[in-house]
Amino acid sequence: MSLATRSASPTDTKTRGSGATVEFRSVVKEFPGHRALDGVDLTLKPGEFVALLGPSGCGKTTALRVLAGLEDATSGRITIDGSDVSGLPANKRDIGMVFQSYSLFPHLTVLSNVEFGLRMRKVEKDERRTRALAALEMVGLGAHAGRYAHQLSGGQQQRVALARALVTEPRVLLLDEPLSALDARVRVQLRDEIRRIQIDLGITTLFVTHDQEEALAVADRVAVMRAGTIEQIGAPEELYTRAKTSFVAEFVGLSNRLDGVIDTPGFVAVEGVTLPLIDEAAPHGAVSAYVRPEDVAFSSEGISAEVVSSSFLGSFRRTTVRLASGALVRVQHGSTTPVAVGDRVFLSFTGAPVAVKAVDAS
Amino acid sequence: MSGQSKAFRPEPGALTRWLILGIVGLVFLVPIVAMGEFTLRRGLEGGYDFSRWIAVFSGGLTGEYKGVLTALGNSVVLAIVTVAVMLVILVPTMILVQLRFPYLRRAMEFLCLLPITIPAIVLVVGLAPVYSVIAKMFGSGVWTLSFAYGIIVLPYAYRAIQANLSAIDVVTLSEAARSLGAGWLTVLVRVLLPNLRRGILSASFISVAVVLGEYTIAALLNRVNLQTALVIVSKSDPFVAVIFALLALVFAFFLLLAIGRVGAPRRSRREPAASITAPAAVTPTGASS
Repeated sequence: MSLATRSASPTDTKTRGSGATVEFRSVVKEFPGHRALDGVDLTLKPGEFVALLGPSGCGKTTALRVLAGLEDATSGRITIDGSDVSGLPANKRDIGMVFQSYSLFPHLTVLSNVEFGLRMRKVEKDERRTRALAALEMVGLGAHAGRYAHQLSGGQQQRVALARALVTEPRVLLLDEPLSALDARVRVQLRDEIRRIQIDLGITTLFVTHDQEEALAVADRVAVMRAGTIEQIGAPEELYTRAKTSFVAEFVGLSNRLDGVIDTPGFVAVEGVTLPLIDEAAPHGAVSAYVRPEDVAFSSEGISAEVVSSSFLGSFRRTTVRLASGALVRVQHGSTTPVAVGDRVFLSFTGAPVAVKAVDAS
Repeated sequence: MSGQSKAFRPEPGALTRWLILGIVGLVFLVPIVAMGEFTLRRGLEGGYDFSRWIAVFSGGLTGEYKGVLTALGNSVVLAIVTVAVMLVILVPTMILVQLRFPYLRRAMEFLCLLPITIPAIVLVVGLAPVYSVIAKMFGSGVWTLSFAYGIIVLPYAYRAIQANLSAIDVVTLSEAARSLGAGWLTVLVRVLLPNLRRGILSASFISVAVVLGEYTIAALLNRVNLQTALVIVSKSDPFVAVIFALLALVFAFFLLLAIGRVGAPRRSRREPAASITAPAAVTPTGASS
């Protein structure tokens, strides 16, 4: 669906699947003394919203920049709808991009900023203006067309940047931590807006973030990156509940790492309690088991522990307790459950570990 | 929505502003008024009149002092060529260093600031043999002095442009423009130069001022510019020399004013901001999504 069409009928519902297919094939990017991407393989389906999630320096922004053409890959191939774009310069790739820092051209009005990409494509003035205004309407800033960037708030600037990136109807939309400079409330608001627009337009989108909540909230699939490689890719629920590695278990959401032993295939013994394993192929012997705080509950009997601290977090409370073994365990429970530091409590497990790792594994 | 991104900057009150303007104005005005007063003196008999000004304007400029006009023309040509040399070589180089070779920034800064540490007289010693080659290649026209002037304005021009470059996110702006389909030339002309306007203007101002006031290199390389002409005039008539100095000041003022007007942003002409409204019904563009 084009932006102009969309603006003409704002009540249109979701139209998916008109985006492009993007493929990374063994993409390597080396900087002097540092390999930022180490053979990345990733496929984005048409109209899909994929988030690249990972800690600083894991290579997620580099992957985005290589796709955008702002960095050249050392080796490997990147294709869009089957055609290799690895050798194309950034201005020939037909990719829209929103940057982390506000990237509006300060000397141009909001309207001229949005028109810029259309001007580069030699779109006629009347059509240019119509499409730019439609894009601004889409992000709710039609009334700000005559303003300059310095007259807008950070959130408004990022909306304009989004309109500018989308107005040319690019094959792929790249979002490089576009929300990280915004305050919390605006971040959530704009995040939801980006997702709504992305669904409306059905544009294939790659979203880089280090904020797991952001990634889990908006993406169809999340790719967790570590040291230049994709550690795991999957739907947010899958990543959260079936982490393939300890890194993913620890990076995505909170986890309690507990010592355990696997003697029987499909089961792990933790603190004297036998828990089922999601991954039955887990290694035998001593392991670390990763249990979510919401999979641990207070009970009238079970594992004895002492309350170390407790934080009120609105709709729930997170309490840290120390087990007899000395291990610290976080428990997520209702905010009305009374706990005080020093209380003796009993714990039980209500869910399976999301991941296990052999203790001698790196 | 977050708060306005524009940072809060405390501004001085109207009285403070006028006070600062008044003091700075006085610093400039006192010597100029003194020069004017000097040119109006009637000599030993005392009193004031405009006889020397009348003499200059009633034939002196086309006869006795014609050389000063020629020298002024030379200086204007030198200023224009020097600014052009500076803009054509320095600005793209600095942008290139900022964008692609940031590790060369220190070296570039050192190189550009170097001329300020070398006295003009020393520069001339080095430049003299170079100019014998230049004379063979380009002739001995006075405009060739611009090559030397391009070097002596480097520290000032570099500082002015670098301050502007540091204030804008050149890399992100370039990348944003590139991702929108702009080639490098378009990035330079449509995105970077408009945002470097202030720095380029400042660099041009200071280059013009330096060139109009330069004496040593021109004198030692036997070229005629405004300053060398004024020195010659002052040897025969110091009153007239001061008149020309005053006229040169007025000329420089209007020249800088003209450069400022030409380079000033013309936002009011660019966008009819108040008239921009969203279309009531937007027609499909026909472009595929």
